[in-house]
Amino acid sequence: MAETRRTGLNDLHRELGARMVPFAGWDMPVQFPMGVMAEHLHTRQKAGLFDVGHMGQVLIHPQDGDIASAALALETVIAADVASLPEGRQRYGLFTNDEGGILDDLMFANRGDHFLLVVNAACVDQDIAILQGVAGVTVTPVTDRGLLALQGPQAAEVLARIIPEAADMRFMDSLTLDWQGHALWFSRSGYTGEDGYEISVPGAQVEAFARALLDHPEVAPIGLGARDSLRLEAGMPLYGHDMDAGVTPGAAGLGWAVSKARRTGGAREGGFPGAGVILTELAQGAASMRRGLRPEGRAPLREGVVIFPDAAGGDPIGTVSSGGFGPSVGGPIAMARIPAEIPEGATVHAELRGKRVPATVVALPFITPSYKR
Amino acid sequence: MLKYTEDHEWLRSDGDEVTVGITKHASEQLGDVVFIELPEEGREVEAGEEIVVIESVKAASDITAPVAGVITAVNADLADAPATVNEDPMGTWFFRIKPTDASAVEGFMDEAAYQALIG
Repeated sequence: MAETRRTGLNDLHRELGARMVPFAGWDMPVQFPMGVMAEHLHTRQKAGLFDVGHMGQVLIHPQDGDIASAALALETVIAADVASLPEGRQRYGLFTNDEGGILDDLMFANRGDHFLLVVNAACVDQDIAILQGVAGVTVTPVTDRGLLALQGPQAAEVLARIIPEAADMRFMDSLTLDWQGHALWFSRSGYTGEDGYEISVPGAQVEAFARALLDHPEVAPIGLGARDSLRLEAGMPLYGHDMDAGVTPGAAGLGWAVSKARRTGGAREGGFPGAGVILTELAQGAASMRRGLRPEGRAPLREGVVIFPDAAGGDPIGTVSSGGFGPSVGGPIAMARIPAEIPEGATVHAELRGKRVPATVVALPFITPSYKR
Repeated sequence: MLKYTEDHEWLRSDGDEVTVGITKHASEQLGDVVFIELPEEGREVEAGEEIVVIESVKAASDITAPVAGVITAVNADLADAPATVNEDPMGTWFFRIKPTDASAVEGFMDEAAYQALIG
């Protein structure tokens, strides 16, 4: 077992009283003294600062100097439209395998002469190996920068006080901006359903920049606990839970990420691992899909809870892939892969400690996102 | 005088009944409590039997019966106000139990021993 790694904010987390836990090989804050519930609500009402420095940042440069060739090269391993992404914009994509399963999800940004990829911490080694197998590109893992997320309705206002240009960015813009002579890589995106930014900061400056944000009374440090409840309410899937190597994009409810240009009849149809399986399924509609559930009562449905059609008897129709309590929703919420044919508003039953709890099938997300489009 | 279990429950003897709650340390470790399911009154339980389901925003856990006996009362208010456990853990009781063996509670830790346990 490799030694647990620390982000550039580890000392700051401890100073702020965080409870630290091992996560994907990193020593990360699960919560601060405010607690998960208050951290969650603070992010929805003001602004939350998250350390996401455990995530993998990777640069992809074209060997021939032409960004278009790097885009086409990435399309051989990512089931998304990379080639049409303009400079200064970011998109969501999926690494897939030959069976059509999802190997990881990622954000990729066109930064003019190269792409910046942000991938899951648990998958970074695998993803780099995949990328190193792609012809015509140079793969550079970024190991000397931290990554922060500033999320919430007051994120833009706070950030504008120290970097005014950030306020002009729109949702999924990607831009380098100067802070005290240092190049910070901004994207206007996040994993909470709120407006906000993800910010890549040189390792030597990451703590100072975090402190500069925390100096503003609207900003509170937020741990991984609230990050999970925020993304769950926002209907966003978590790799390794809501999708994995055995789950197709269609079943994960992520068919939208496989853009039109890569679909059957598209300009650059297929050409990514598992394309046959994935495109056939998307054309026909996946039999089972990730759906939202609102259980009756207060008991949370956790990952692994089995779903049945009826209050008694019958065969299982799916399993909860993520679930818990939604602080902003004010009740339990869950996501489960269940048959796509079940209409919204229908009642299914979750088996919890030997009892069947009725749950309503609902559309995702559970909250209304407030992205700055 | 309060007694404490290794599972971070506090026990208060009231006549031939024992009132059970969880310690401040336990409530802090759990985080924000969002759901509590209590046993039925009159249920006979074994020592160590999981009889309360307690869920925080982070995870589900159980509270066990500290001793064998009969559940004589439960704090039904907790179902609608689970956050009370975080606000005042030492003042929030979960259930009362009448032990089969009246002396069963005596073997548990006192305050000093419990404080030493949690450091």
